[in-house]
Amino acid sequence: MIDLRSIHKSYVTGSNSLHVLKGIDLFVDKGELVSIMGASGSGKSTLLNVLGILDNYEKGEYYLDGQLVKEMSEAKAAILRNRMLGFVFQSFNLISFKNALENVALPLYYQGVSRKKRNKMALEFLDRMGLKEWADHLPSELSGGQKQRVAIARALITKPRVILADEPTGALDSVTSQEVMDIFQEINAAGITVIIVTHEREIAQRTDKIIRLKDGNIEEIIFNQHLQKAAI
Amino acid sequence: MHLFDIDIWQEILSTIRKNRLRTFLTGFSVAWGIFMLIILLGAGNGLQNGVENQFKSDATNSIWIYNGTTTKAYKGLQSGRNIEFNNSDYEFVRDNIPGIKEISARYYMWQNRLVSYKKEYGTYDLICVHPDYQVIENAIITSGRFLNNVDIHNYRKVAVIGRKVSTSLFKDGKDPLGQYINVNKVPFEVVGVFRDQSERDEERIYLPISTVQMIFNGGNRINNLSLTSDLNAKQSEELEATLRAKLAQRHQFDKDDPGALFVNNTIKQYQKFQNLFIGIRIFVAFIGMFTIIAGIVGVSNIMIIVVNERTKEIGIRKAIGATPASVIGLILLEAIVITAFAGYIGLVAGVGLLELLSKYLPQNDFFQNPEVDFSIAMISTLLLVVAGALAGFFPALKASRVKPVVALRDE
Repeated sequence: MIDLRSIHKSYVTGSNSLHVLKGIDLFVDKGELVSIMGASGSGKSTLLNVLGILDNYEKGEYYLDGQLVKEMSEAKAAILRNRMLGFVFQSFNLISFKNALENVALPLYYQGVSRKKRNKMALEFLDRMGLKEWADHLPSELSGGQKQRVAIARALITKPRVILADEPTGALDSVTSQEVMDIFQEINAAGITVIIVTHEREIAQRTDKIIRLKDGNIEEIIFNQHLQKAAI
Repeated sequence: MHLFDIDIWQEILSTIRKNRLRTFLTGFSVAWGIFMLIILLGAGNGLQNGVENQFKSDATNSIWIYNGTTTKAYKGLQSGRNIEFNNSDYEFVRDNIPGIKEISARYYMWQNRLVSYKKEYGTYDLICVHPDYQVIENAIITSGRFLNNVDIHNYRKVAVIGRKVSTSLFKDGKDPLGQYINVNKVPFEVVGVFRDQSERDEERIYLPISTVQMIFNGGNRINNLSLTSDLNAKQSEELEATLRAKLAQRHQFDKDDPGALFVNNTIKQYQKFQNLFIGIRIFVAFIGMFTIIAGIVGVSNIMIIVVNERTKEIGIRKAIGATPASVIGLILLEAIVITAFAGYIGLVAGVGLLELLSKYLPQNDFFQNPEVDFSIAMISTLLLVVAGALAGFFPALKASRVKPVVALRDE
């Protein structure tokens, strides 16, 4: 599903150049549940942005579902994001003046789905997240866990191939975090590839594969069974 | 992106509805700009209408000549001499000076102005003139006729009365035409009724100059000459100089004597006012332009703020699949919708206020019917909408280039 070949990425600020990703090789298969861990500054968010076509990269090759993603026009990237990817963020990134239903329905608006149809689908997805009664509430009227579930519903509504989550539990308490992880596991069980950036061990533990980054390189890849062994 | 896709409008309307303060601020600066522009244009036109109306009661191409007293000694004659005109001056000017279209002399009747009909009576302005005076005064005949040359020639005792004279004397409802009114106990037959742009002039009675001179001891004296011509302002000044010179010759006074003769040249005055209006128009256009520019600057400022404020929202939209074009469209259409609607509000408010003003403002000689050319109002509103769109375009373009990752970066 995802195939990265020696990806390099640096940020240029004035005369300084910060080399963030120093040749990442990574393969994520269809239907995997993967977490990316690493200290802050290790490049994990940058990697996720590259994966999400939210940011470009200088060297290397990135194949998404067999398609090379490189020097893409903004419009093409937007369409690809819309069709293939779903995003979940630490700070939820819901549009504050839209209610839960409208937020969930928005990706379908950009697909040209009719209002009636997309609202019906949005309600269905909210129902799946147990939030049907909250459909007409603004984000400010929802708890953190509820907001994240709305965001997940929004990520899922386009039936993406890959869900990319950037510290999805970073702003949630431990109980809610576990609930959110339950949802990710469910999604994954349905065959969608899920990639989670996190620094929480409990979250990473519940994924199939942990990719540990250090200074822009992959330090190690730990498979779930090894991790559980190590924990015992 | 389809412009007539109802979803785009729903998206914009919901954004507008949920950002009321921002919408209000943008809209207000546009509405205010248009409102001020309309008021300004209306006030300029009102001033022009008022002053033009002043001229309407008289011909705008007339020259009036009044006799005076000499202030300079001339050819052995002392200063302080009264100059008096008589019928021969009228005939001389009429027959010998080119460029004159209509001409009339006038004999003043200051005393014995009592006019009666049956038991009704009043004092009115008695204007004793030649038939051409109708054009000079812009008197509009509503029934019957004005004075004619036969009246003058035959010393007929006929009168043309103003609308107000008619209503106050003929209270019995009779048609004044053919009735006799007594002017200082002498019966005159009413042959016409007129109205005039100036209400005061409707309290006048026009009488044939020859008849009055004969009956009321006028001899051949006349008090002034008035004439019209189709000359332009510069030519009219030449005519004025010719008149001065010829009359000076006839009455033995220095043609440069400022007191011997008074000339009132409405052609020159009218030209002056025309120039004033051109000045006012340039002024209004100038102010209007700056008002529009201020509006445009206001709109662009707000659009820049709006885009900054919405950076995160735009980032979210892009992350979930909004193309740059759809981002530009969203912001641009919102700017256009707001400016068009607000511009329309300003237009209606401005026109409405002008309507109220022209309806309820007390009649004023120098300010009448403030109005705006509707096409100018529409054009300026459109201009502001286009400018609003342009003002919104560059911030929108900037917004469309925002990298979602930058926009979404957590603070």
